[in-house]
Amino acid sequence: MNFSEVFKLSGLLCKFSPDGKYLASCVQYRLVVRDVNTLQILQLYTCLDQIQHIEWSADSLFILCAMYKRGLVQVWSLEQPEWHCRIDEGSAGLVASCWSPDGRHILNTTEFHLRITVWSLCTKSVSYIKYPKACQQGITFTRDGRYMALAERRDCKDYVSVFVCSDWQLLRHFDTDTQDLAGIEWAPNGCVLAVWDTCLEYKVLLYSLDGRLLSAYCAYEWSLGIKSVAWSPSSQFLAVGSYDGKVRILNHVTWKMITDFEHPATITNPKIVVYKEAEKSPRLALGSLAFPPPRAAASPLASTESKYEIASVPVALQTLKPVADRANPKIGIGALAFSPNSYFLATRNDNVPNAIWIWDIQKLRLFVVLEQLSPVRSFQWDPQQPRLAICTGGSKVYLWSPAGCVSVQVPGEGDFQVLSLCWHLNGDSLALLSKDHFCLCFLETEAGSVQPSDSWAATGRTCA
Amino acid sequence: MGDWMTVTDPESKNISQNTSETKMSPSSLYSQQVLCSSIPLSKNVHSFFSAFCTEQNIEQSISYLDQELTTFGFPSLYEESKGKETKRELNIVAVLNCMNELLILQRKNLLAQENVETQNLKLGSDMDHLQSCYAKLKEQLETSRREMIGLQERDRQLQCKNRNLHQLLKNEKDEVQKLQNIIASRATQYNHDMKRKEREYNKLKERLHQLVMNKKDKKIAMEVLNYVGRADGKRGSWRTGKTEARNEDEMYKILLNDYEYRQKQILMENAELKKVLQQMKKEMISLLSPQKQKPRERADDGTGTVLSDVEEDAGELNRESMWDLSCETVREQLTNSIRKQWRILKSHVEKLDNQVSKVHLEGFNDEDVISRQDHEQETEKLELEIQQCKEMIKTQQQLLQQQLATACDDDTTSLLRDCYLLEEKERLKEEWSLFKEQKKNFEKERRSFTEAAIRLGLERKAFEEERASWLKQQFLNMTTFDHQNSENVKLFSAFSGSSDRDNLTVHSRPQQKKPHSVSNGSPACTSKLTKSLPASPSTSDFCQTRSCVSEHSSINVLNISPEESKPNQVGRECTNPKWSVASRPGAQEGCYSGCSVTCTNSHVEKDD
Repeated sequence: MNFSEVFKLSGLLCKFSPDGKYLASCVQYRLVVRDVNTLQILQLYTCLDQIQHIEWSADSLFILCAMYKRGLVQVWSLEQPEWHCRIDEGSAGLVASCWSPDGRHILNTTEFHLRITVWSLCTKSVSYIKYPKACQQGITFTRDGRYMALAERRDCKDYVSVFVCSDWQLLRHFDTDTQDLAGIEWAPNGCVLAVWDTCLEYKVLLYSLDGRLLSAYCAYEWSLGIKSVAWSPSSQFLAVGSYDGKVRILNHVTWKMITDFEHPATITNPKIVVYKEAEKSPRLALGSLAFPPPRAAASPLASTESKYEIASVPVALQTLKPVADRANPKIGIGALAFSPNSYFLATRNDNVPNAIWIWDIQKLRLFVVLEQLSPVRSFQWDPQQPRLAICTGGSKVYLWSPAGCVSVQVPGEGDFQVLSLCWHLNGDSLALLSKDHFCLCFLETEAGSVQPSDSWAATGRTCA
Repeated sequence: MGDWMTVTDPESKNISQNTSETKMSPSSLYSQQVLCSSIPLSKNVHSFFSAFCTEQNIEQSISYLDQELTTFGFPSLYEESKGKETKRELNIVAVLNCMNELLILQRKNLLAQENVETQNLKLGSDMDHLQSCYAKLKEQLETSRREMIGLQERDRQLQCKNRNLHQLLKNEKDEVQKLQNIIASRATQYNHDMKRKEREYNKLKERLHQLVMNKKDKKIAMEVLNYVGRADGKRGSWRTGKTEARNEDEMYKILLNDYEYRQKQILMENAELKKVLQQMKKEMISLLSPQKQKPRERADDGTGTVLSDVEEDAGELNRESMWDLSCETVREQLTNSIRKQWRILKSHVEKLDNQVSKVHLEGFNDEDVISRQDHEQETEKLELEIQQCKEMIKTQQQLLQQQLATACDDDTTSLLRDCYLLEEKERLKEEWSLFKEQKKNFEKERRSFTEAAIRLGLERKAFEEERASWLKQQFLNMTTFDHQNSENVKLFSAFSGSSDRDNLTVHSRPQQKKPHSVSNGSPACTSKLTKSLPASPSTSDFCQTRSCVSEHSSINVLNISPEESKPNQVGRECTNPKWSVASRPGAQEGCYSGCSVTCTNSHVEKDD
């Protein structure tokens, strides 16, 4: 495992191009595009203000940079560096900006969700979509880029509009049986739309592309409901994480629940492997044990080495007691993601913030639990194989695969707090983002070419 | 002694009256009474001996004694007077006789008294024991009563608690209901409020929209150096009804594709499942066909018809075309036939299971019984022989000793003896050889016995193996029909349409018979095995241990089964003393009072 040198970054804005050739990153008001392999700067664009959001177009030809404070979007072309485009939303303001899947239209959401403006880069045409709903996830495109579903709110009722992306024609418009729609998401095959209600009510609705209601699912009433939703890449399962600390898996034939995954605080089943991150006690001699614990123990930022140990069951995981009288309590399944081959599901229960649960979807049971020393910030699956990268805001990156588990120290002077990470398309490299730096982490494909300085802490096995 | 006697006298009397089981003969009772009445008299005699007879009143005292004795039925002390005028003379002989008789009587009375005393003692101890028992029992009763009261109290408390909990539960339920209602009402209120707020918000939004959008904001604009081409290279088309229709078409196409894809998948899955089903069916048919003959021969109506149905079904359904037809009738037929076969298979397997277990049990029982009897007989024989041998040895020893004793006599006698000895020696030699032969025989028998034991062990092992192999074969039959029976099935299906089914059965018989014969063969085998080995030593080992156990445990064990009791009676006779010894401590521990009672009884009986 090799690491690149550290580059400057701001606002955690660093993205691989969809074709995997380029890497765009922002430093204040500058946009830097590098070659992924050489990390040489290919282009450097200067925007009008500090960039708050960047996005590659689907064909990797354009990058949009949004400056929400100014209500501005600037688009840059990779092929023609001199080409430029500036979209000003004026007094209407801007809260969100995104590409349409064809890479020739930009959808800007104005403040207060008054409307969505669709700007075309091909023609002068501008389209407006009124009444977009202000919610978690109000816009979703199908994988093939043909259709866009948009959540709307009119007259205190929720609607979903399905547009054809090629000419922004409204294809279907239907009301949904929700109190306060919270999110919509297409199935990867683009034929089923999952719609879920606000957290006050547990309700998942499944609509066909032509607007027919396929099924509705409600697990319970009178309690906080859905917190996160994810489709399996095969479109076969819909995983619904909720505030009761369970993930419910719905199937695509009957749309009924197949199983529910509980996230207990103690793991008693001896079949489940529990990897526990443990600090390797560093160079401290036996006698000279400092009484005020060294910085390492005080903050996760310090560079103490750590390794995974296989804990023997029963294992009690660290739990947080949620504050009951505040909104958005730290309970329930806050994040869940299927592995690209749909074999595994990784989840995080927000009141057990240090742990990642990995479920075996083929056997529909818990497979592995990873317990970190500090709360999990982010995790992402390798797009090519069942390999999970995790970061906890410390100077380490953690990798799990069915073969084992490693903790890798990010080298470099000073602390490199990994706040976020993103995989390269081919799974060979990984961008690690800290508050104002980023670096790339290259993963060898051959096992055994691991350098000793990389401080692998595999539990007996290497992660190849 | 006399004092003590007087003290305990009424008590002993009472006891004798109370204990009816002490069978006293009336004569002894009488003697007792006599004793009782005579005791104060004798005391008087002792204490006032000097006062009773003096020099002066000899006559009177003699006459008094005479009078007294005659009243007690003794002969008169005086000689029978020939005349009235003559003074009656003391008959010394009569006096002595009387005295003797009196002494005898006295002794007898003393003996009786002693008996009565001992009995009295015994009864007293019995009484004590019973009293202590009584006290103990009373205590126990008291404690148990207290316990019961305690338990009742606890029960009451628990019931009370339960009631309280029920009440609490009910309250909680009510509370939950109330809270739910509150939540519901709050929810509706919240929704209502939200709606109102949202309406206001919408109004504001609308107004803002008008303000911001309608002003023709110059700032809202896009600056582009030059417009770029579309990603697909086409030009943008106008929005018309045509495009709308096209979009619809496309959408439905996508949906259709998806459904087709899913249908294909489902079809594939279905095909797989059908394949599995077919395979299973084949397996079942192949598995069930060998035992088809059995019910037919038995002319069992129910299973017979079912089986024939199955056969027909198999014939029909094995035609490949049927599998592609997924019409409902076929499906029903298929599922029905599968279900039927499954049921048959299940019952068959259950039957087999039962058979196996029965065979197992029976085999054990047969071996057990036979070996037991044989074993008993054998041991008896052996014991007898041992006894004989021992006797022989004893006689020989005696003879030898006699020889030794007579060896140191006179020469002539020794010579004579020598002749005798030679003769004796000859005889002894003969006897010795006989004895040796017997011993040899005995050894041989013992060896054969052990050999038989080994043989039976081996044979048993063989039987076990055979059984295992049989089971395995059965199991294999169930699973690996393909190799064996696939051709068979094919034949079957090919012929099933035609009329000559007999031909088919003939064809398939040898293969079908195989497992059948095995299934039949194994019990027969076992029976043969048990018959051929009457000694059956390995099980007799088992039997020995078992008999040992029974010896140690109790007599009851031996009375379990009627077949077992017979051979055991012999054994019981010889081991009876052991049992009685073994059983005694238990009895002593268990029934204290009962034991003591029996003890006293036996004593009393002895007395009588």
